[in-house]
Amino acid sequence: MSRRLLLIRFVVVLTSILGLNYVVWRWLFSVNWDAWWIAVPLVLAETYSLVDSLLFGLGMWRLKERDTPAPPGPGLTVDVFVATYNEPIDLVMTTARAAKAISYPHETWILDDGNRPEMRAAAEAEGIGWITRSAEWAGMPRHAKAGNLNNALLTTEGEFLLILDADMIPEPEILDHTLGFFTDERMALVQTPQYFTNVPEDDPLGSQAPLFYGPIQQGKDGWNSAFFCGSNAVIRREALMQLGVSRYVGEVEVGVHRALKTARAVLRSARRTLEPDETEAREALDAILHEIGCSRRELARGGALFDVTYTFQKRVAAIRRGLVAADLEALQADLAVIAELEGIGADPDLALATVDESVLLQMAHRDWSPLGAVETVQALVNAIDVDRGDEAQAVMPMATISVTEDMATCMRLHTLGWRSAYHDEVLATGLAPEDLQTMLTQRLRWAQGTVQVLFKENPLTQRGLTLAQRLMYFSTMWSYLSGFAALVYIAAPVIYLTLGVLPVNALSTEFFVRLIPFLIINQLLFFVVADGRKTWRGQQYSLALFPVWIASFTTAFGNVFLGRSLDFAVTPKTKREPTGPAWHLIRPQLWAMGLLVGALVAGSVRMATGQANIPGSLFNMVWVVFDLLIFSVIIKAARYRGYVAPSEPAPTTVSVGPTHQGAP
Amino acid sequence: MIEFAVHTRDDGVGVVTPEGRLNMVSARRLKEILSELVSAGTTRIVVDMGETSFLDSSGLGALIGGLKSARQAGGDLRIARVSPAVMTVFELTNLDRVLRARESVDGAFDD
Repeated sequence: MSRRLLLIRFVVVLTSILGLNYVVWRWLFSVNWDAWWIAVPLVLAETYSLVDSLLFGLGMWRLKERDTPAPPGPGLTVDVFVATYNEPIDLVMTTARAAKAISYPHETWILDDGNRPEMRAAAEAEGIGWITRSAEWAGMPRHAKAGNLNNALLTTEGEFLLILDADMIPEPEILDHTLGFFTDERMALVQTPQYFTNVPEDDPLGSQAPLFYGPIQQGKDGWNSAFFCGSNAVIRREALMQLGVSRYVGEVEVGVHRALKTARAVLRSARRTLEPDETEAREALDAILHEIGCSRRELARGGALFDVTYTFQKRVAAIRRGLVAADLEALQADLAVIAELEGIGADPDLALATVDESVLLQMAHRDWSPLGAVETVQALVNAIDVDRGDEAQAVMPMATISVTEDMATCMRLHTLGWRSAYHDEVLATGLAPEDLQTMLTQRLRWAQGTVQVLFKENPLTQRGLTLAQRLMYFSTMWSYLSGFAALVYIAAPVIYLTLGVLPVNALSTEFFVRLIPFLIINQLLFFVVADGRKTWRGQQYSLALFPVWIASFTTAFGNVFLGRSLDFAVTPKTKREPTGPAWHLIRPQLWAMGLLVGALVAGSVRMATGQANIPGSLFNMVWVVFDLLIFSVIIKAARYRGYVAPSEPAPTTVSVGPTHQGAP
Repeated sequence: MIEFAVHTRDDGVGVVTPEGRLNMVSARRLKEILSELVSAGTTRIVVDMGETSFLDSSGLGALIGGLKSARQAGGDLRIARVSPAVMTVFELTNLDRVLRARESVDGAFDD
């Protein structure tokens, strides 16, 4: 074990002990229950931060710093994908040319989701492949970037794929430095950092993520859970395809069982409304009910799903032909609902197996005409049958459950037992948002995607993951809860300084003796881990963007559980016109800062007039000043006018050192 | 390089026999052959795996794609004569729970 890792582990243990020592004491002995309305939120927020710190420590425990692997042997086949939707042709072509110039033999493709003739012409003029959605996608859910990649997967054939966003310009050696990891036959994916060239030294928008593309990924890597981040990653095709096929099987299984269950309810409901003399209809419905029973028994015996549904469809079709459309009028009304049922497939957020059961139950409780009921049964089994009629491709290797397809896909690969690696060398450089609006949209999107995965496929309950892998995925989701903690960390000192209500029993010596060492050692952990990388921006933004983090939870909750839209937007890569500081985008933060400053004034007055405890007030004032320092970044961000390159003769491409070490 | 033998039987069932390695390189060709058969009206298809020495997940994907086209056209796709080595690929993805391999090509549409 390296001395660095030994030191990190020592500090991790120390942080954990000190943190537990403080928070346990807080819960047991120092909550001011009389002021429970602020005392309980505060101790919860502190517990949240402790768990965050423990999860961070768990990652650091196995920090894995990989060397560049041996160069790959000849003969591997690689497809390089440049994914684009609406980015300017020039920008895409710059990336595509660099992709074409990658030294290891490969094929380069532009995946043009915008289906632009001028993009195609530009690509073909330089001998670069151009792929757009196939005809199968017409009228089907498109699934954004995940769909774009899934489409390209079926029209190319390389063993490995390098995925690049439209602005991510690769270095020629990107494949030579990553393919070597795949000599491990279970290695599915190698992620490299995302580094941005249009960011000034002080990084006002917090675009670079030196802690994430570094120690955090290396820590996850140590537990075999290095994340896929959507771009600058090499993937083994076999792993993705295997994932696609096994997901398909899983969804078919769930879907068929649900379809049969609902079909039975529909038929029973229709049967109840029959007049005594409609014997023909009753016999037909009974016959289909009998078929459903047979199918379910056959499935329970382990019959192959395709066989069972095929037989079922054939028999239902035969029975239906024998049924006379006695009541055409009733049938018309039913047809409208059947059309709606088929519309389930048109909603990108409703996959076969994830159709809300309550929707199916509503179907079941409608009053159906006999023929309408039979039609419904057919539509149901069609919609949820093996032909997967509601998707363009039966097999969807890239996960489509979230707007950030990368995390969900990677987690699923890990559940199948595949490995991933993080290689900490900048091998592609891109463009970060240059204005606050775009940056906020982008962060919201990432957060929403992560929270969607939490709600839809909670990593803590995924079979096939080790406990550590579950925690590594969970820790990223947990970190987005910081928005709620930030509210409390603003409110507590404001309440003390203005109202004199203390959430803690007493600001005793014991309080400080337990808290201060924890705070110091926790910062020391960051310092040791960061090894010269700047981490302050990241710490600031984890609190200063609290409205974004909170919105990500509320919108993702509304989306996953209430079927609302996320207001998903593709992050624009082009500059917007500067129109003065964007104060309107940061109103909640400005309010928070106003409250904090007001609390400073109120606290001073209360101290001067002898109404307040002096040490307590001073302690809370330090806290307020710390909060203000954290929030100051958002003012800087709102005033930021976009990147201006340093004034020396500007090179067209900015060269970046071989590793991330020491980079801003 | 893989060869695909394709013929249509008297009973209208199309038989496709991939001879060799059915992998990411040949999967696309299989998918095209299957969808051409379906658009030409042959919606009942047997894929004879007896001459297939190797299969990967892309090959499985092509089979599923072909099955989707066949079913949408009111037919079906069956697989026959799967060797134990190739069967393990089905089992790895649980596809064997969905698609049952038939013993013989002739009897693939008997039920």
